[in-house]
Amino acid sequence: MDIQQAFKMSFKSLMASKLRSLLTMLGIIIGVAAVIAIMSIGQGLMNSVNEMFSSLGSNIIQVGLYVRGESNRTVTVDNMYDFVNENQELLCDLSPIVYIQGQVKCGNEVMERPSVSGVSEAYDSLQLLKLSQGRFLQYVDVARKEKVCVVGTYIVDNYLDGEGMGKIIKINGENFTVIGVMEQMGDNTERSEDNQIFIPYTNALQINGTNFVDSYGVNATSKENIAPARLAIEAFLEEKLSGDGFYYVQSLSEMLEEYNKMQNTIVTVLAAIAGISLLVGGIGIMNIMLVSVTERTREIGIRKSLGAKRRDIRLQFIIEAASTSAIGGVVGIVLGTVVGMAAGVLMNTTITPTLSPIILSFGISVGIGIIFGYLPANKAAKLNPIDALRYD
Amino acid sequence: MQEINNSPSDDVLIKLQDIYKIYHMGDSEVHALDGISLDIRRGEFVAIVGQSGSGKSTCMNIIGCLDVPTSGTYHLNGVDVSTMKDDEQAEIRNKMLGFIFQQYNLIPKLNLCENVELPLLYAGLSPAERQQRAMASLARVGLEDKAQNLPSQLSGGQQQRVSIARALAGNPPVILADEPTGALDSHTGREVLSFLQKLHKDGNTIVLITHDNSIARQAQRIVRLADGKIIYDGAADRPEAVVQPDEFSAMPITPAEEVQAG
Ligand SMILES: Nc1ncnc2c1ncn2[C@@H]1O[C@H](COP(=O)(O)OP(=O)(O)O)[C@@H](O)[C@H]1O
Ligand SMILES: [Mg+2]
Repeated sequence: MDIQQAFKMSFKSLMASKLRSLLTMLGIIIGVAAVIAIMSIGQGLMNSVNEMFSSLGSNIIQVGLYVRGESNRTVTVDNMYDFVNENQELLCDLSPIVYIQGQVKCGNEVMERPSVSGVSEAYDSLQLLKLSQGRFLQYVDVARKEKVCVVGTYIVDNYLDGEGMGKIIKINGENFTVIGVMEQMGDNTERSEDNQIFIPYTNALQINGTNFVDSYGVNATSKENIAPARLAIEAFLEEKLSGDGFYYVQSLSEMLEEYNKMQNTIVTVLAAIAGISLLVGGIGIMNIMLVSVTERTREIGIRKSLGAKRRDIRLQFIIEAASTSAIGGVVGIVLGTVVGMAAGVLMNTTITPTLSPIILSFGISVGIGIIFGYLPANKAAKLNPIDALRYD
Repeated sequence: MQEINNSPSDDVLIKLQDIYKIYHMGDSEVHALDGISLDIRRGEFVAIVGQSGSGKSTCMNIIGCLDVPTSGTYHLNGVDVSTMKDDEQAEIRNKMLGFIFQQYNLIPKLNLCENVELPLLYAGLSPAERQQRAMASLARVGLEDKAQNLPSQLSGGQQQRVSIARALAGNPPVILADEPTGALDSHTGREVLSFLQKLHKDGNTIVLITHDNSIARQAQRIVRLADGKIIYDGAADRPEAVVQPDEFSAMPITPAEEVQAG
């Protein structure tokens, strides 16, 4: 008997009792839909987090320092630069980061909470900043404490009449000239990265009235060097500060990796739990197929009397079980994808269905049909023709 | 009789030798067939008669390779089929035997053409060839215009004609009919019977099972069973052939040509 005919016959049987076929498929549909939805939502979450982090440099290591006031042990900016220079195979692009709390004005207009940071000329490579006009800070600006600044698009659009270059911004009463405008990074609102101002950190320290920098950014020279670089910085700070201060050294990409790993585990566990309903669905298929074999004993007898061999009968029932679960699988895939995409809209990320879980769950549902269909099919195949014919 | 006598003795198509079929019902044994020996030649039209429970169906099931005897041997076309495996017997049924059952045994969800195609499907024919031969077979029984109908849309007589078409589709040398007229009224019963006679004239070997003497007389040869034994085997036109079993005890036993009546 050819496969094509077996498919035709199994389709006939499925159509002969539509409601029953649907109920039989339900377990598979729910299982596959749940697996697909969970996996695509997980993928979507991961994408949105990765997107968020990818706007930052991926090799960046952040250093934070806290030193007790009365202690004479400290880490100076020069210490940090010396350390980076001594470890050029691991580190590059050091920038102190000095936040300024204060009033920012343009003419007489007070700006709404712009973020003002003092940084070094290396900061643009740390944060992968791109300029649409002018230039970023340079070494001489920092060394000579030039009163210059680089601003985001929100500031240009809202306070500088769309024309940033050469304008004057007043920070705590001091005039800074705009020498560069950054490309738009966020959604150009007050709370976005586009409401930022960068000035030389040397000026920022002066404005804050301190010499101490508590925050640095530095790049590892390569992805492979992130972990050793972080360890080296930690060792250096431990030696400098131990007992008299606190510090943290963290690498974004390592954090991201940790996060992804954790989320993968969660998604896998959830998908496995959803997968249990696939198993239940498989048992449902087996159950219905056993009932079907009993109901169709006479049909099996007729087929055998006309020359059907065991493998013909077995093939017929296995294909029937496999197509039941395969159809359930396809419906589940569609349903799960729709649910995943709807969740994507709610979470404000785009969830694109990936091929591998779709192929995998289709394969698994066909496999479940074959495995759980085998026992009933074999039972049917082994029926004695005359007993089957007499059955009613 | 003419044909039987003229046939060479090696042209025996169906040869049952000392066949027993014993069912165990708890402690008691039922001898459904109790030492049957029977030769049927190629081209014969044999009616197996007997009262209900005499073993006719059991006998046909063994001839039809649907069942295996408890003991004894069965040669079909010179091949010992009594010891064959399930799948080998399936092959024999497919190639050698066409069945016509009392209850038609059509598959309800398949249309007539698909029902008739079944033996061809299991013979491994291509879809186009299956369809063509099934339609030809349906045409022989005059139902080609109903090929797409379901069996339930037909009368009993028509359904039986479909089952005849199905039996003929694979062109098997032997046609086995177990009470084919049992569920039909006498008119359609006669129709079916005349069809069997036509098939016989075309050269088929036909074994017909019936409890109806008037139908049995349409055959060439009658084999009468009682309690699993052959009590008459001979020409259909002899008066002893249609004797009722309860009258039988008063009658002398008439031995058949080769078979000793039990
Ligand atoms: N599967 C079976 N199990 C037990 N006894 C059976 C079975 N099949 C037939 N018999 C018995 O064998 C005998 C012959 O049955 P059967 O061949 O069907 O008779 P007929 O067809 O002549 O009416 C009967 O007594 C019947 O009860
Ligand atoms: Mg019977």
